[in-house]
Amino acid sequence: MTDASQPTVPNSSLHILDARTKRRNAAESRFKLYGMIAIGIGLLMLVTLLTTILSKGTGAFTQTFVTMEVELLESKLDKTGERDLEKIKKVTTFGYAPLIKTAFEQTVETHGIDTDLKSKTMAKILSKSAASQLRDYVISNPDQIGQTIEFRFLANSRVDGYMKGRVTRDSIANDKNITAAQLDFVDQLIEVGALKKTFNIDFIIGADASDQRPEAAGIGVAMMGSLFMMLVVLALALPIGVAASIYLEEFAPKNWITDIIEVNISNLAAVPSIVFGILGLAVFINYMHLPQSAPLVGGLVLTLMTLPTIIISTRAALKAVPPSIRDAALGVGASKMQAVFHHVLPLAAPGILTGTIIGLAQALGETAPLLLIGMIGFIASNMPGTVGEGLLSPNSAMPAQIYEWAKRADPAFYERAWGGIIILLIFLISMNTLAVLLRRRFERRW
Amino acid sequence: MSVKLTASALAIAAVAATSAAARDQVQVAGSSTVLPYASIVAEAFGENFDFPTPVVESGGSSAGLKRFCEGVGENTIDVANASRKIKDKEIKACAEAGVTDIIEVRIGYDGIVFASDINGNEFAYTPTDWFLALSNEILMDGQMVANPNKTWADVNANFPAQALQAFIPGTKHGTREVFEDKVILAGCEATGAFDVLLAAAEGDTDKAKHKAAEKACISLRTDGVSVDIDGDYTETLARIESNKDGIGVFGLAFYENNTDKLQVATMSGIVPSTESIATGEYPVSRPLFFYVKKAHIGVIPGLKEYAEFFIADEIAGEDGPLAEYGLVSDPELTDTQNAVADEAVLGSNM
Repeated sequence: MTDASQPTVPNSSLHILDARTKRRNAAESRFKLYGMIAIGIGLLMLVTLLTTILSKGTGAFTQTFVTMEVELLESKLDKTGERDLEKIKKVTTFGYAPLIKTAFEQTVETHGIDTDLKSKTMAKILSKSAASQLRDYVISNPDQIGQTIEFRFLANSRVDGYMKGRVTRDSIANDKNITAAQLDFVDQLIEVGALKKTFNIDFIIGADASDQRPEAAGIGVAMMGSLFMMLVVLALALPIGVAASIYLEEFAPKNWITDIIEVNISNLAAVPSIVFGILGLAVFINYMHLPQSAPLVGGLVLTLMTLPTIIISTRAALKAVPPSIRDAALGVGASKMQAVFHHVLPLAAPGILTGTIIGLAQALGETAPLLLIGMIGFIASNMPGTVGEGLLSPNSAMPAQIYEWAKRADPAFYERAWGGIIILLIFLISMNTLAVLLRRRFERRW
Repeated sequence: MSVKLTASALAIAAVAATSAAARDQVQVAGSSTVLPYASIVAEAFGENFDFPTPVVESGGSSAGLKRFCEGVGENTIDVANASRKIKDKEIKACAEAGVTDIIEVRIGYDGIVFASDINGNEFAYTPTDWFLALSNEILMDGQMVANPNKTWADVNANFPAQALQAFIPGTKHGTREVFEDKVILAGCEATGAFDVLLAAAEGDTDKAKHKAAEKACISLRTDGVSVDIDGDYTETLARIESNKDGIGVFGLAFYENNTDKLQVATMSGIVPSTESIATGEYPVSRPLFFYVKKAHIGVIPGLKEYAEFFIADEIAGEDGPLAEYGLVSDPELTDTQNAVADEAVLGSNM
């Protein structure tokens, strides 16, 4: 061994970082930092969004009510005294206004409230829906005419806004809908316990109301509209989508025709939803003469929109089933169809299901196509009685209802739009959670 | 299997139901200005009659009348709401599609107001100010020149130097036409620009010249000072909230519901209110209409009742809910009531 043959001692050590390694490590930690910043921004956005929605929307779930006793005067409601329903129906909601005025006079007396207000001015703190609430009660219980009954009326949106802090004594300076004297009266009613803010189930199950009574508006009927649309989408998109993908994936020959179909399905998934709305208007309403504003038409339009999503996810799920399963089935003598339906499809089912649920969730939140087929406006006012009615009688959908509320003049509708968003989000989140859970529970890996 | 069954059952149910059931509710579309009134009436109608609540869609007067004129039949609308009178062109289009007998119903008047942010400057406008602020060309030393005005102070020395920014209704809205007619055109005439334009106008007849001059008057500047809002008043309000210099054009009812955010400007010294509009003092107001297809009366249940209910004293009268919301009730309501009761169609009394 000579010195010359000795390997040269490296002038660096693995324990000492050289400049190049340092640079590489720095680049890596920088990249990690970028990643964290990106996630941080995303989270911040999400938190801002959720806090805004929750802070603005939760108010819609509570509502101010006035409880008082109303005497159903026979002289006003049934002059003949015959209790003939047709004659009682002749008294319109305007005829019920005096009853409410009298009721206020009596409430003031029984509670010993000291006020200079005229009964007409007092009655203005109630919602315009109070008269129709009375009329509905009388028509369904004509035998109660002449009795004194306790009712819980909605307070009008300004009073409700006052209870929620949206309306203040400063902000009503130019408002002709409410005066400071009326707010004083409201304070007196709160003291005696006749006016309270409580949970309002009617927001969740009720129908839309006109511009004059935002306090009475609810999203329930629009929810039914969405439900019926989703039924149509499910009943049409799932079988058609699954059948199309099984054929394309398992049976179709690979040639240029199937290639074109494949490319077009992928393209269809990227088509803006408004295009489907125009198509729906042209085909379903103008050509096929289906009724306007009907959830059936909405469902058909959304089916067109959801189909590509379902086909793509179903094909992915079918592709993920290993060929050995098919080969084994064919090997023991199953026909191609048996192999697909007995072995491949059940294994692909969880993937198909998640794809379908995500497609439905997407369709549930869609507004643009509904604009064109007449599902936006003052529509969701009648609760459908039967399935046929649910599909064909005019209705709105949850996102369309939210859009409609956001457009209206009275600021109280704005609060309801946010409340509607909360309900819509709850639906979307639970559907997506269901999809994730199903995938976790049933997914198999090979 | 079960999936297939549901699908086919659904299809059968759908087909059976469409062929069997005739439409049983009135269908309305049109002006977004009339929409709140129509929905108030529709709601009260649903409450007080055994008919289902009518469906009211918006979309603008022109869009509504276009749908109205698509033809006669169950899949066309029965009533078109409009914030302006139907045009001859539209009547012709209607007739070509078979919609010949149209009942015109005037429900009352609506004021158009100019409002800005509640904490901003106060304004007292005249039509001249708006013409000088928004017109494409204005009269200067006897010549029509491109509008050089940048702030309200340029327009009128009494105004503060606030940047010009106006949010006006888009062309599909009936409100736009009234704005052009009663404000811009009035300002054009008042500044003398109209006469200059008329003298320079090309055309064979006086009428054509007049028309050309009017058209030149109402052509607005396109440099971003005047922004067309195609959506509803809520959009205009949102624009003003984000740009405090903005002045918006609103319906009176919308302003009255948002007095905590908006302050209203006077026009020619008059504060807009239902009273000043009813007396005709406030200059910028217009009638609101709805149009009914006579061919649908008797076919669509409740259509005539809806039309009559809309203009009944208890609804459209001075103490009715529509007046309460901001409609200026029509002094000639009785005539309208009689006309609807007789189903008098357009053109029959000419």
